[in-house]
Amino acid sequence: MKDEVDHSRRQLLTAATVGTGVIGAVFAAIPFLASWQPSARAKALGAPVEVDASKLEAGQMLKVVWRGQPVFVVRRSQAVIDQLGNHDALLADPKSDDSLQPEYIKAQGAARARNPEYWIGLAVCTHLGCSPLGAFEPNNAYQVAGTDLGPSWPGGFYCPCHGSKYDISGRVFKSMPAPKNLTVPSYAISANARVVIGVDDAPKTTT
Amino acid sequence: MAAARLIDWIDQRFPLTKLWREQVSEYYAPKNFNFWYYFGSLALLILVNQLVTGIFLTMNYNPSASGAFASVEYIMRDVDWGWLIRYMHSTGASAFFIVVYLHMFRALLYGSHRKPRELLWIFGCLIFLLLMAEAFMGYVLPWGNMSFWGAQVIVSLFGSLPVIGGGLVEWIRGDYVIGDATLNRFFALHVAALPIALIFLVIAHLMALHEVGSNNPDGIDIKKYKDADGHPLDGIPMHPYYTVKDLVGVAGFLVIFCGVIFFAPTFGGLFLEGPNFEPANPLQTPPHIAPVWYFTPFYAMLRAVPSFAGTQVWGVLVMGAAIVVLFFVPWLDRSPVRSIRYRGPIYKIMLSIFVAAFIALAVCGLKPPAGIYPLLARVCTVVYFAFFLLMPWYAKFDSVKPVPERVTGHD
Repeated sequence: MKDEVDHSRRQLLTAATVGTGVIGAVFAAIPFLASWQPSARAKALGAPVEVDASKLEAGQMLKVVWRGQPVFVVRRSQAVIDQLGNHDALLADPKSDDSLQPEYIKAQGAARARNPEYWIGLAVCTHLGCSPLGAFEPNNAYQVAGTDLGPSWPGGFYCPCHGSKYDISGRVFKSMPAPKNLTVPSYAISANARVVIGVDDAPKTTT
Repeated sequence: MAAARLIDWIDQRFPLTKLWREQVSEYYAPKNFNFWYYFGSLALLILVNQLVTGIFLTMNYNPSASGAFASVEYIMRDVDWGWLIRYMHSTGASAFFIVVYLHMFRALLYGSHRKPRELLWIFGCLIFLLLMAEAFMGYVLPWGNMSFWGAQVIVSLFGSLPVIGGGLVEWIRGDYVIGDATLNRFFALHVAALPIALIFLVIAHLMALHEVGSNNPDGIDIKKYKDADGHPLDGIPMHPYYTVKDLVGVAGFLVIFCGVIFFAPTFGGLFLEGPNFEPANPLQTPPHIAPVWYFTPFYAMLRAVPSFAGTQVWGVLVMGAAIVVLFFVPWLDRSPVRSIRYRGPIYKIMLSIFVAAFIALAVCGLKPPAGIYPLLARVCTVVYFAFFLLMPWYAKFDSVKPVPERVTGHD
C-alpha cells in the first residue's frame, strides 16, 4: 500500500458524491414544491353556475361567484347597445384581439355578448385582479371621472385600485394600467335569459 | 465565589467569557456615535417584540378563511390583555419600518455601506427584503377586506411575468383564488419560515459588523491609531458605554411606542387601515386600495408605470428594480470620502431630493390614482432611480473637504 494520497481519485469521488447528493436534494424538494399546487379538492370545485338574469332591469348589475371569482351580469338598455361601436378610437383593444374570451364572444364585436342585452364577464381587473366597480351604478363616486371621457362614453367599469377604465362591454380604454379587456368566461344563455357560466352549450329552457 | 467557579466550569466547556469579551465588553466602537446610531439596536428590540407578541398571538389565532377574522376579534375583545398584545404587534410592524428606514438613511449619510462593509450592507438589504415579505404576509392574516384584496393585488404581480406568470400565481395561491390554502401557507411562512431566516440574517449582519467594526459619523477608520494595549484611541468598549447609550434610546423609543399603542393604535388608518375592520369579501374590492404606509413608495412606483406592449410587467419590474438597486449602492458610490460631512454640495442636494421624492412617493401610494398624483409619482420614480444610477458620476465629481485623521467633536 502506497503512502501518498491519490488526489485525482479523491477529487473524482468527492465530485461524484456531491453530484449524487445534489440530485437527491433536488428530487427531495419536488414533493415540497408540488404541495403548493392547487389541491385535488380545489380543482374539483369548478362546477358551472346558473343565474336567472331576466329579473334584472335595464341598467342593473348582478355579481355572482364562479370558481371563486366574481362575475358581472349586466342588463343593457337598447340606447346603450346602440352606442357601443361609437368610441372604438378611444379603446386599447376594440376588437378584443389581445383579450381572453371564447371565439363566439369575439365574433360578436363591440357587444362582446351572446345576447347584446346581457353582458357577462369576469369582475377581475386584468391589471392586478381587483374587482372593478360598475360606473353606471347610482351613487357611484366615479360617475364624474367617467363622464370626463366625453359624451360618447356609454358608461362602463372603473377599477378603484389603479384607475383602469373599461366600457360597458368590458373593453379597456387606452393608456390605462390594465393591458387587456375584461375576460369573458364560457357561458350559455337561453331565450328567457337563464345564464349558465362555465359551459358553452345552451341550457334547457325552463319557464 | 460560587458564581466565579460556575463561570469557570462553563468556560472550560463553552467560550462564554471569550464571546462576552470579544463581542461586547472589549468590542471597541467609535466614540463619536450620534443620534443616528440608535436605530440598529432599536430594530433588534422591535424584532424581539415581534417574536414575543407574535408567539402569544398564534395561541389564539385561527388560520382559516372562515375563522381568522373572528379569531382576531376574539383576541381583541375576549382574551385578557389580547388587545395589548395585538396592538404591540401591529404597532411594532410600523415601528420596525420607521426604524429600518432611518437606519438605512444613516448608512447613506455616513457611507456605512462603503468598503469594507459591502457585505454588511447586503445582509441588511436582504433583511429589508425579508421584512417586507414578512409584513405583507402578516397583513393578510387578520383576513379583513384589505388583507384579502392586498393579497390579491400583490400575488397577481407575479402573474404579469411572461410565460410562467399564470402557473406561478396558481402555485403561490394554492387555489384558483386567494383562499384558505393561501392563508394557511402565509401563516406558516409568517410565523416559522421567515422569522427563522430573519434571525439568521440578523446574526450574519451582526457578525459582519463586528468583523469589520462600526463606521462612524466621520466615516474614517479608527483602527489606524491605537494605544499601548492595541485598542483604538478613538474607540470605546460597547459595554458599558454603548449599551447604556442605547438604553437611553430605548427609553425614548418606548415613550413614543407606548403612546401610539395606547392612544392611537390605528394611527389614523395608517398603521391599521379602516377597510380591514370588515371581513374579507371576494366580491367587493374596497373603493380605494392602498397598502400599509411602509409599502406605499414602492406601490406608487408600480402604479406610475402604464402598461405597454400588451403587458403590465413593466410596473412590476420597476418596483422590483427599486429594491434590487439598493444592493449595488456600495459599488455605485465612488466618492473618495464616506461621510456626508466631507462631501460637497451635490451629494447633499441629491440626498435631500431623494428623501423628498421618497416621502412624496409614499404620499402618492396612499392617495387614489387621480389628479396630480399619477404625474407626481412618475417624476418621483425617476428621481428615485436617478439618485442611485447617476451616483457613480455625481458622487465621484463632487467636491470634497479634507478628512480628519481622528474623529471630531470629542477629546
